Amino acid sequence: MTAGSGWVEEALREHDHAQRPESPDRRTELPVTDREQQVLDRIDRARRRRPRVREERITMSHGAGGKATQTLIEAIFLDKFRNPLLEPLEDAAELRVLGGRLALTTDSYVVSPLFFPGGDIGDLAVNGTVNDLSVSGATPLYLTAGFILEEGFPVADLTRVTESMRDAAAAAGVCIVTGDTKVVQRGKADGCYVNTAGVGVIARDVSLGVARAGPGDAIIVSGPVGDHGITIMLARGELDIESDVRSDTAPLNGLIAGLLDAVPGVRAMRDATRGGVATILNEIARAADVGVLVREDDIPVRPEVRGACELLGIDPMYVACEGRLVAVVPGDRADDAVNALRAHPLGEQAAVIGKVVADQPGIVRLKTSFGGTRIVDLLVGDPLPRIC
Amino acid sequence: MCLGIPGEVVELHPEHSDLAKVNVSGVKRLINIALLADDPPKPGEWVLIHVGFALSKIDEAEAAAAMEFLEGIGQAYEDEIAALRGSLIE
Amino acid sequence: MRFVDEFRDADKARALAAKIAALCAPGREYQLMEVCGGHTHTIYKHGLEDYLPEAITLVHGPGCPVCVIPMGRVDDAMHLASRPEVIMTSFGDMMRVPGSQGSFFDARAAGTDIRMVYSPLDSLKIARQNPDRHVVFMAIGFETTAPSTAMTMLRARAEGLPNFSVFGNHVTIIPAIKAILDSPDLRLDGFIGPGHVSTVIGCRPYEFIARDYGKPVVVAGFEPLDILQSIYMLMVQLSQGRSEVENQYSRVVPWDGNPVALKAIGETMELRPYFEWRGLGFISHSALRVRESFASMDAERLFAVPGVRVADPKACQCGEVLKGVLKPWECKVFGTACTPETPIGTCMVSPEGACAAYYNYGRMNRNRVAEATSSASVVRS
Repeated sequence: MTAGSGWVEEALREHDHAQRPESPDRRTELPVTDREQQVLDRIDRARRRRPRVREERITMSHGAGGKATQTLIEAIFLDKFRNPLLEPLEDAAELRVLGGRLALTTDSYVVSPLFFPGGDIGDLAVNGTVNDLSVSGATPLYLTAGFILEEGFPVADLTRVTESMRDAAAAAGVCIVTGDTKVVQRGKADGCYVNTAGVGVIARDVSLGVARAGPGDAIIVSGPVGDHGITIMLARGELDIESDVRSDTAPLNGLIAGLLDAVPGVRAMRDATRGGVATILNEIARAADVGVLVREDDIPVRPEVRGACELLGIDPMYVACEGRLVAVVPGDRADDAVNALRAHPLGEQAAVIGKVVADQPGIVRLKTSFGGTRIVDLLVGDPLPRIC
Repeated sequence: MCLGIPGEVVELHPEHSDLAKVNVSGVKRLINIALLADDPPKPGEWVLIHVGFALSKIDEAEAAAAMEFLEGIGQAYEDEIAALRGSLIE
Repeated sequence: MRFVDEFRDADKARALAAKIAALCAPGREYQLMEVCGGHTHTIYKHGLEDYLPEAITLVHGPGCPVCVIPMGRVDDAMHLASRPEVIMTSFGDMMRVPGSQGSFFDARAAGTDIRMVYSPLDSLKIARQNPDRHVVFMAIGFETTAPSTAMTMLRARAEGLPNFSVFGNHVTIIPAIKAILDSPDLRLDGFIGPGHVSTVIGCRPYEFIARDYGKPVVVAGFEPLDILQSIYMLMVQLSQGRSEVENQYSRVVPWDGNPVALKAIGETMELRPYFEWRGLGFISHSALRVRESFASMDAERLFAVPGVRVADPKACQCGEVLKGVLKPWECKVFGTACTPETPIGTCMVSPEGACAAYYNYGRMNRNRVAEATSSASVVRS
């Protein structure tokens, strides 16, 4: 039950205040579009208000990567830990140490099932951390690996996960240098949870951050979206759906190096994971206070992913990836950026999906294949729990 | 809840006559076809799927007719725009 | 994707939009109601209103089976779910519907065993896997979904499955439409008829709307071109002064419906004398309950439910939105106190609710594509 219903009364008061008639029947005075705009403005103000967690207990939504996660992070973690290094809330923190720039990141992996087509929790752990560092403009160097193991978890499975991490680290060119192991009783940890931290060096002269996006910039995605989330959902076996879809988990440091070589003026990069591409577009719109306009026809999606999404009633834009990059680049460098991405095997289907605009700041709009327009907001609930 | 998606019947279950495998854009699922017992679908036919059941067959002739109507409208529209443009030039 | 992509074609949409605009009589306004929540969802998801002239307003109807479930029934369901021996299974749409003590989602977070299923048949699987527990399936939906619940019950009987029952909340569409037609608050010119309900009940049940109330009805499919074509067909009827029932969704909807489905419903369920609809009050013969002959599968007979009538929160205006009297954004708490994250009413929480559709997809400045002019129809692209 949501706590503190005082905000309902507050909202009602605000509504009545806005509706206060100068003349007896104000409702009929203003044209419909103006009244609607008033409501949209009021909603915009409400959305910009300081976030507060209204629930008394954590729910699965808080882990979905959407609205609830964002509110939790801002209202509790950012609020308590507040400091300038944390504020940007990018995929990695940028630190200045001894005259050099470092990127530091951490991630936890609770994916279920542990093994799925295209990889396992070990691949996610290494690639996910490598990617968070790479999108910050860093060369990833060293990782930690912490394991929380459930009593009864097969050692053979642990070995398999560890071997995956070894191979993924080698492919990405990083070294796992320290770690930790804990065991919890049967019934907790669902087999195996993995936590990683990663550190890398920002040697390039880049200044990246979603707040830097500005009108005229192009938004690019490095390949088809939704592969990982759908793979996990089908791998759970609850839905009796067969498909050839595989997770797209991959280290993006090589791809990103190529992009930054060609276009050093990249404004921002993000790793599209939980919450999908839609979440990143909203992060851009919010952080830079700009409008974002994307075209449904331009967003690459594999036919099988599309089929599964239609079958389940899910929008591919919200489905997690684990090896896809979203980049914001100056509009006049968009072609160079796409070509640089396409030159790399992981970026073969890179495409411009939209642009940053000045109007309707904070809002992400989608031009549908049909030709109409709608908005793309952050999801509240979680269509696909525990996918990474 | 109203969610109904078209799928192509790929094969009928060898043992259970009320089950069939359908293909939706490369994704396959077993669904229950008991609601179509009066005229069960055959492989190659399309059905409307709702919460794991086939509710109705998709009549290809009707679908083609609907498309023809829409194409006709499209053509008439193109002709009208062309005529409009033609009249402007003069 | 076949039977999907071709019905999302933008060029055909533009052509239809021009035709629709040309049919608007100068100075006249048109109010067309789409009954079905699935249609409301499609309209906003694809930005369909961009193709309509200002003269045409789409009014959102009560065809959202989750939206119309009153809080008291949600509480009853929670009561069932909280029994230690019960595993409650439900479609995802129900998870966030607020009862007076929170939603299924909240209850699950607090430890209640509530599981999401995609099909009612999944409930049987869970029942087989958990012979020491009792599985209750929360059956919701209009006539579209009732056959699936019915077939599941018949299958459970055939298997002799002892630990499965249904908490029946299926509602029927015709009484809701009649309540709308009899409402003094609305002035509607025509109806975009429910698509998937009609695959079960056919098109005949709507004839009274055309015959007795003089309003045209076009049964519509769920792709955006289907709806746009249906609007076109309604406008043709209106311009010709006709009022008939037409079937735009003929590729899926048989005029006589699905007799096998109707028979299954008839075998397992019967009409309740009356049922409370959120916002519309008590409507007679508007909902289904499990038949006496299937009493062993009726959760309401097996377990006592409180059956308490709970009034909607004071701030909630779902009733007026469901009737089409208010647009979502005209509700006092829309988007401020009532959001998908913090819903006060069901219209905001169901994927087919008008408020959810508008909040998630439609909340923006809109530039209409088509403008109706008296001589030629101009379409900006």
